[in-house]
Amino acid sequence: MRQISDDKLKQLVEAALFVADSPLSLADIKLVLLAEYKVNKKRILAALERLTQDYQNRGVELIKVAKGYRFQTITSLSDDLATLFKERTPRYSRALLETLALIAYKQPITRGEIEDIRGVAVSSYIMKTLLERDWVKMAGHKEVPGRPALYVTTDEFLDYFSLSSLTQLPELMPLPEISIAETIE
Amino acid sequence: MVNKTMHQDAKQHHPVKKIKESEQGEMVQQVLPFALIRGEAVVEKPKDLFIPPDALEIFLETFEGPLDLLLYLIRKQKFDILDLPISPITQQYMEYVELMKNVKLELAAEYLVMAAILAEIKSKLLLPKQIIEEEEVDPRAELVRRLQEYEVIKQAAQKIDDLPRVERDTHIAHVALAENFHVRTIDADVDFNDLLSALKDVMKRTQAFEHHHIHKESLSTRERMSAVLKRLKNTTENAPFVAFSELFTHKEGRQGVIVTFLAILELIKESLIECVQCEVQGQLQVKLK
Repeated sequence: MRQISDDKLKQLVEAALFVADSPLSLADIKLVLLAEYKVNKKRILAALERLTQDYQNRGVELIKVAKGYRFQTITSLSDDLATLFKERTPRYSRALLETLALIAYKQPITRGEIEDIRGVAVSSYIMKTLLERDWVKMAGHKEVPGRPALYVTTDEFLDYFSLSSLTQLPELMPLPEISIAETIE
Repeated sequence: MVNKTMHQDAKQHHPVKKIKESEQGEMVQQVLPFALIRGEAVVEKPKDLFIPPDALEIFLETFEGPLDLLLYLIRKQKFDILDLPISPITQQYMEYVELMKNVKLELAAEYLVMAAILAEIKSKLLLPKQIIEEEEVDPRAELVRRLQEYEVIKQAAQKIDDLPRVERDTHIAHVALAENFHVRTIDADVDFNDLLSALKDVMKRTQAFEHHHIHKESLSTRERMSAVLKRLKNTTENAPFVAFSELFTHKEGRQGVIVTFLAILELIKESLIECVQCEVQGQLQVKLK
C-alpha cells in the first residue's frame, strides 16, 4: 500500500472524474482508482469537498448525482453553450412529463393508475420513450387481477435531472385540506 | 391581426350600426360590435371561446385530456375548484366538445366520458335532496378530488421540466485522455494446475453433451446367438456345460460382451439353452436344453 499526498489525491480524483465515462461513486474511487493507495473514505470526501470549493465560480461544477460524482457545466451557461451544438435538444411533451411525474412521485405505479389520475389513456409511445431512455423500468407486477406491471424511476432518471436521490424531487403542491362537503353548503 | 379582421367583418356585415351613427350625426366614439346575435350587437369580445379559427385546432390539441380542459375552464373563470360551479362549467365544456367535433378533431372517448360525468353530476344536483339520506356525499366530490389530484401532478410535471436537465441545461464535463495514454491491462495469473482442471471440466462437460449416435450394430445379436449355440453343440455328452465366462471374448471389448450377453438372454428366453449354477457362489454354467 502506497502513500498519497492530499494534493495528489485531489488531482487524481479530479482527473478521474473528468475522464470517466459515467459518474464515479465513493466506492469506485476508493476500490478502483485508489486500490493501490492507503487512503480512507474520509480523506476522499475531504478531497471532493476541496474540489467543490475550487470550482466555485467556474463554468464547470462538481456535483453528486445518484450514481456518484461528476463534473458538469453550470446551468446558467446552457443557452450560450447551446450554440455549440447543432441539434436542438429534445423537448418533451406535457403528456410525457406528466406520466414521468406520476411515476417519479407515486412509484411503484401501474399504467392503469397513471391513466386514472390523468383521465386519458397513456400512449404506448410515451411508455416506450421512457423505457428506452432508461428513465423508468418495470419492477414486478401488482398482485391484482391481470397482474399489471409496476413502474419505477431509475438512477439514470436522477442523473439526467441532476438529482442524487428521489428526496430531492421538487415538493408537491399541498392539497387544500378543506373538505368539499363544507364549502358546498 | 385577428382583431383587425373582426373589425372589418363587423363593418361589412353590420351596416345597421353605421346608419344609426349617421342619423345621430354625432361623432361619438362608438364601439363597433363584433357580431350580431339575434339582432343584438355584441360589443364585447366573448370572454371565452374566442379563438382564431386557425388556432383552434392547435389550441384544443394542447389539452392533455378532459381533466386538463376542465381545470383550464375553472382557472380561466377564476373559480375555486372546491366550489366547482357545475352548471356553467358543464355548459362551457360541452361547447368545447362541440367545437372539437366541428373542426373534426379526433374526439377522444375520454372527453365524452367526462361530458357524461358532468351531466350526471348536474342531474344529481337538480334532484330534490332526500332528507332521509343524511350522509349523502356531494356528487361533485369525486370529480373535485380527481381535479385536485390531476392539478398536483400537472404542477409536478412542470417542476420536473424545470429541473436542470442534461443536454438542455447542463452538459457533462468530460476531457479526452492524453494520446499516449496506455490502457493498463492486467494479465491474469494462472496456475498450470488450474488450466488442467479447467480442461478436465471441459472434457467432462463435452461428455455430458455428447450425442447418442445410433449406429447399425456391427455385431449382430442373431449372429452371436448362433455362435453361442454352435459353441454349446460342440460339447460332449459327458460334459455338456460351458462356463458362462468362457462364452465371452474379451478382445471384442464392452460392445462384444454386451452382444454376447444379449444373445445368451435371448437364447434363454427362447428356451434353447439354460443357465445353471452348481454350487453357491460357483461359476455359472450354460448348456443346451
